[in-house]
Amino acid sequence: MEQVLFFAAAIGALGGAIGVVAMRNPFYGVLALIVHLFSLAVLFLLLTSAFVAAAQVVVYAGAVMVLYVFVVAYVGSGTESAWEPIPGQRFLAPLMGVALFVELSIAVIASSLLALGSRGPDVKAGFGDPAAIGNLLLERFLIPFEAASILLLLAAVGAVVLAGQRHGPGEGLTGSSSEHSAPEARSEGVPVGQSPGGSA
Amino acid sequence: MSATTWAWLVLLFPLLGSIAIGLGFRALPTRAAGAIGTASIALAFVCGVATLIVLLGEDPDARHHASSLWDYASAAGLDIKLGIFVDPLSVFMVLVVTGVSTLIHLYSFGYMESDEGYHRFFSYLNFFVFSMLLLVLAGNFVLLIVGWAFVGFASYALISFWYRRATATKAGIKAFVINVVGDIGLVLAAILIFRELGTFEYEAVFAKAPEVFSVNEWTVTAICLLLLVGAFAKSAQLPLHTWLPDAMEGPTPVSALIHAATMVTAGVYLIARTHALFLLAPTAADIAAFVGLATLLVAGSIALVMTDLKRAIAYSTMSQIGYMVVGVSIGAYSAGMFHLMTHAFFKALLFMAAGSIIAAMANNQNIDEMSGFGKAMRFTSITFVCGGLALAAFPATSGFFSKDEILAYAHARGGMYDIFWVLGYVGALLTAIYTFRLVFRVLPGAPCKEAQELIDSGHVVHAEPRNPASGEVEDADVGFPGAEHHIAEQSWPMRAAMAILAFLALFGGLVQVPGIDDAITRFLDPVFADSALAAIQPSVGASWVGLGIGAVISLAGIGIAYYAYIVRPELPATLIERLRPVYTLLVNKWYFDELIDILVVRPALAIGRFANQTFERIVVDGIVTGTTDTVRGAGGIVRFVQSGFVRSYALLLVAGFAGLALYFLLSTS
Amino acid sequence: MNIEWYVVLSSLLFAIGAMGILIRRSPIVILLCLELMLNAGNLALVAFSRMVGNQDGQIFAIVVMVVAACEVVVGLGLIVAIFRRRLPLDIDELRELRG
Repeated sequence: MEQVLFFAAAIGALGGAIGVVAMRNPFYGVLALIVHLFSLAVLFLLLTSAFVAAAQVVVYAGAVMVLYVFVVAYVGSGTESAWEPIPGQRFLAPLMGVALFVELSIAVIASSLLALGSRGPDVKAGFGDPAAIGNLLLERFLIPFEAASILLLLAAVGAVVLAGQRHGPGEGLTGSSSEHSAPEARSEGVPVGQSPGGSA
Repeated sequence: MSATTWAWLVLLFPLLGSIAIGLGFRALPTRAAGAIGTASIALAFVCGVATLIVLLGEDPDARHHASSLWDYASAAGLDIKLGIFVDPLSVFMVLVVTGVSTLIHLYSFGYMESDEGYHRFFSYLNFFVFSMLLLVLAGNFVLLIVGWAFVGFASYALISFWYRRATATKAGIKAFVINVVGDIGLVLAAILIFRELGTFEYEAVFAKAPEVFSVNEWTVTAICLLLLVGAFAKSAQLPLHTWLPDAMEGPTPVSALIHAATMVTAGVYLIARTHALFLLAPTAADIAAFVGLATLLVAGSIALVMTDLKRAIAYSTMSQIGYMVVGVSIGAYSAGMFHLMTHAFFKALLFMAAGSIIAAMANNQNIDEMSGFGKAMRFTSITFVCGGLALAAFPATSGFFSKDEILAYAHARGGMYDIFWVLGYVGALLTAIYTFRLVFRVLPGAPCKEAQELIDSGHVVHAEPRNPASGEVEDADVGFPGAEHHIAEQSWPMRAAMAILAFLALFGGLVQVPGIDDAITRFLDPVFADSALAAIQPSVGASWVGLGIGAVISLAGIGIAYYAYIVRPELPATLIERLRPVYTLLVNKWYFDELIDILVVRPALAIGRFANQTFERIVVDGIVTGTTDTVRGAGGIVRFVQSGFVRSYALLLVAGFAGLALYFLLSTS
Repeated sequence: MNIEWYVVLSSLLFAIGAMGILIRRSPIVILLCLELMLNAGNLALVAFSRMVGNQDGQIFAIVVMVVAACEVVVGLGLIVAIFRRRLPLDIDELRELRG
């Protein structure tokens, strides 16, 4: 049973990943990533990490991906040009990817870390439960927890500043856009980029 | 006071005079500079006489003192002191130098009066006398080299005294460069001496030399040959003589002092001083003698055709120094020094008289345009004739006794040295001919335009100032000769100096008449006592025979000149036509200038051009700009990595990571 | 399933994400690939946490998620700002920082 679930989730994850990379339309890429994230959540469950799986679904697939959807909807899904300006990139990129995978796999499979070959030790019943995670967060990992909160605050402020309203003409590669962007900027009253998740 | 104290004072006064005039030239009125200059040399002469007196009061064998003021360098095996050496030879030279210098300063007092650079002249002249005295009084080779170099500099400064004349500066540079060649020889000789004998001090060197060197060993021969290079450069012997005729660009007092009486005799002094080394290297001594002989004859032959009055006298100087070099090289030390003294008298006198005549000609030095000054300038012509008689070794003049003493010695030594005896007389004949050629061309005859003006009005001609060599017009400002020309008849300092020298030129030889007195030989005896050669003395009879032959030759020469220039004046022109190739050779000064140009100057210039155009441009610039170009090129190549493409950066990142992982995989497996 | 499988899967996902970044030109898709890589890392962390037997790895994975969220926020803010200025949303065109 476990193997079936593993392979199903693995195929889902791989499929989602390949979908993100291959799809021309970024909106479809976002959807592929959502599939990928759900598959990963299943894999987390298989590894008795219930809280992480839940967080993955709620936070990642739920909030972050929604943010992506908003932005893609705003920006539009323009396709990329086919011509490659960097010579050799189209050839070297898959090569590098393959090399990376091969090396990492060799590192793992030929590792002298024998525990990799097992299924892990037997764990207690509450392994990976929210209670256990919560305890750890507030006791041993309090400082990383608080640091992560501050980081979220910074990100939120940064996003507001970055995408906020600009008074005056904006610069563009095309000079004629200066008149355009000024009324554009003023009419875009809604600040995009509200912080999706207030707390992790 | 001791002899060395007086000797230090001899050095002090000219130096003080030079510094005082040099620093205070703005404050001093014109004649004051001249007075200070002359007075300081006169004081030096007085101190020289005092040194002589003290020295004569001592036992002959004890008449050598070394005295030092402080140590220059006493480390690493060196022991160089600022020290002088007082012995009969140096005192002799001191007296000759200071005595003749005083008279020349007196002469310049009047001659340079209208020159804008009057103060500069006396400062330089005093400095020159100081350096010459330093050279002769030096007690070790290092101080000798210092004095030698200072003298070279003073000569350069004085030759190019009228520095805005292009010909003068070129001549000054030529003299200086050739002198530097001599300096190199001298310095190398000093280095070798130190390496072999471990010391620079004269007394130690000359005492140790016979113990360390065997006769004709290559080291001592090399030392002597290098010393000869120095001596020949300074004394204008072949082949380093080409600077002396050009040095006549300097003012006449400079020619009189430096290039007749003092500086050019420094080489002779050097050979005499280091005679102990030359005794150990007879080959070098013989080479020196033959070079002197060659110079004697070549210079004499050139003087026969020279039309520039001062240059003719310059070649005469070269020839007479050839006699002196022969003298001190073959062992006739005191005879050589005696001739040095008498030559100083009559050559300085000749230059002074020539200066007076040239002034009357408004700085024109061409004897083709001079005639009849015998009537126009009585005093000058009388002194000129006195000097000429002495130079031509007319019987009973000073030059007569000194020149024939050298030749008598050569005969007494015999063997190969009879060549010097015979050719010496040939040279004497040439000397008499060319001297009286000058006398008979310039003095008798119908007065030329300038002489006529003198006779009529007593005024010196005021022609437009011109460079006598190139003919270009000059003004009378600083760096050029002054506006007025001063002749002896109108200037009492000039007359006084010339009168004294005329007296000495005529009667100065009476101190050393063979068989009657030999004051100079006796005086210089202790210096040369260690030389076996000095013991060879011609017998009195042989000396008088030599004197007789000399008298005959001198009169014959004067007679030939009289015949050629007075009786049959068209004879020289016919001879020139008949012997045109010989004449061309002589007029071109035996092509020495051209030879040196081809052998030395052109290669040096070619090397300089090569260094500038090729080496500098390709190698040095190549290294410098090549480095910058390489760096810039490398930067240009590396710059391509910064393309601005994020994806290529990412690619490099991933590639780097993959490489790193590969490395770790390989290193741990 | 052995832990090995999970880790190899994670490295495969990581390689796919890396390749995606190198190939795609739209900034949004690049950010998505970045998410892929981060999640692959998360998977590896959780797998190792299971292997070791304590939950430190899971905490780490949670913090990674927080970081990823922040980074997405800022990145998307940038993309919106670029879009607002009428610049082409193509990272090959946005190359003023070049040598």
